[in-house]
Amino acid sequence: MAESKKKMLLDPLVDNNPITLQVLGICSALAVTSSLQVALVMSLAVTSVVALSNFSISLIRNQIPSSIRIIVQMVIIASLVILVDQILKAYLYEISKTLSVFVGLIITNCIVMGRAEAFAMKNPPIPSLIDGLGNGLGYSLILILVGFVRELFGSGSLFGIQVLQTVNNGGWYVPNGMLLLPPSAFFIIGLLIWAFRTWKPAQVEKREFKIMESEGAH
Amino acid sequence: MLKQNPEAEGAQKMGLLARFKALPLDSAPRTITVAVVLCLVCSMIVSAAAVMLRPQQELNRALDKKVNILMVAGLYEPGIDVAETFKTIEPRLVDMETGTFTDIADPLTYNQRAAAQDPAQSIALENDLASIGRQAKVAAVYLIRDDAGEIDRIILPVHGYGLWSTMYGFVALKADGNEVYGMRFYEHAETPGLGAEVDNPRWLAQWPGKKIYGDDGEVRLSVAKSAPSAPDAMDYHIDTLSGATLTARGVDNLVKFWMGDQGFKPFLDNLKNGDA
Repeated sequence: MAESKKKMLLDPLVDNNPITLQVLGICSALAVTSSLQVALVMSLAVTSVVALSNFSISLIRNQIPSSIRIIVQMVIIASLVILVDQILKAYLYEISKTLSVFVGLIITNCIVMGRAEAFAMKNPPIPSLIDGLGNGLGYSLILILVGFVRELFGSGSLFGIQVLQTVNNGGWYVPNGMLLLPPSAFFIIGLLIWAFRTWKPAQVEKREFKIMESEGAH
Repeated sequence: MLKQNPEAEGAQKMGLLARFKALPLDSAPRTITVAVVLCLVCSMIVSAAAVMLRPQQELNRALDKKVNILMVAGLYEPGIDVAETFKTIEPRLVDMETGTFTDIADPLTYNQRAAAQDPAQSIALENDLASIGRQAKVAAVYLIRDDAGEIDRIILPVHGYGLWSTMYGFVALKADGNEVYGMRFYEHAETPGLGAEVDNPRWLAQWPGKKIYGDDGEVRLSVAKSAPSAPDAMDYHIDTLSGATLTARGVDNLVKFWMGDQGFKPFLDNLKNGDA
């Protein structure tokens, strides 16, 4: 049992990562990764929401009528997101201003809803909590990797501390402005998916169709 | 009889619960009960959190407002002691009708936003250019004096309706009461990426150095698409925000309102003549 719990926690990090394998939760990964600090807070927010929503949905899973189960999950997730938003506004005001709508949009993050529907509805509370934590951490891992690359090469700093002296401040590093724009996260996530699938070929999806060789060409 | 009653009631309750449990999960009464109970519990959690965290959030907002006053005054640098630096600023209350200083309340605790909602402390606007409905009779302004004690910069609170929300901000003017020293918005809920660019430092950077009043004493500064061709037009022109027509129009209106006769113009005139 202990072995399987560890597997449940660690599986979503690489082997079953919600972003690179399932390609969920991409929007927020694009929007909040231009600096590492913001990415970290967003990761914490999503991880706590997905873990707690999995836990509470699993607690009452036997009482949820299937006809309203999606709306019940939404209500629980939405309440947790409001809770996180309020806490951020109270204790991390500056960051909550940068995150603005993206905290509210955790409600629409497919990872949260996906884990609730796929796992928490069928499993007891503790495994659900662990599954939620694992998936949140998997999401966090990618967010932090992307945030690291974007902040380091986009503004030459990490956690706001200047690492590479930029030309504007009399240094040598010419920052890559594109990395500060959302599309760059697309490229970085794409490269990460490629790297993960080269490392673990089992993740490569089967082709849904194959282009026919044209016969008349020879 | 009296002793039996509670037991009988208990048995009936058990009966209800047992009967409820016997209902199929998808039956209407059970679905409705689950939905109602869940909504009640969730709303209690959410409202408890909102109520408990409000004092801390208000503290943050007050600090943020001070930071914004310092920023618009050009006194803010990351890492400074906000409360300490704020002491160099002199808060005063201004009677909007006469344009003179007044001492009816403590300027540090005076809540202009609450006053604007109170019929005793505000007037309903007929000519409501900034779409704010009611205007407080007294406004809190902030003065910065130079070493000789003369007024160096004047920071005025402004607000007005954009597209979705009332935008709150500060305009800092130089001692002549005409040249803009800085402009900032510290609270609004405009569309992120479009209207919300009103608080983008790059857009706000074009405000310093612009002039508010034309030679005739009317507000001439405007937020517009293209500069008019008059020779000194650029002194009065702020380039609008692309994709945010209504928000930019709101900014234009609030500048015209708050710098006009209903706004701070009487006060600025008095200040110039030394009658404030």
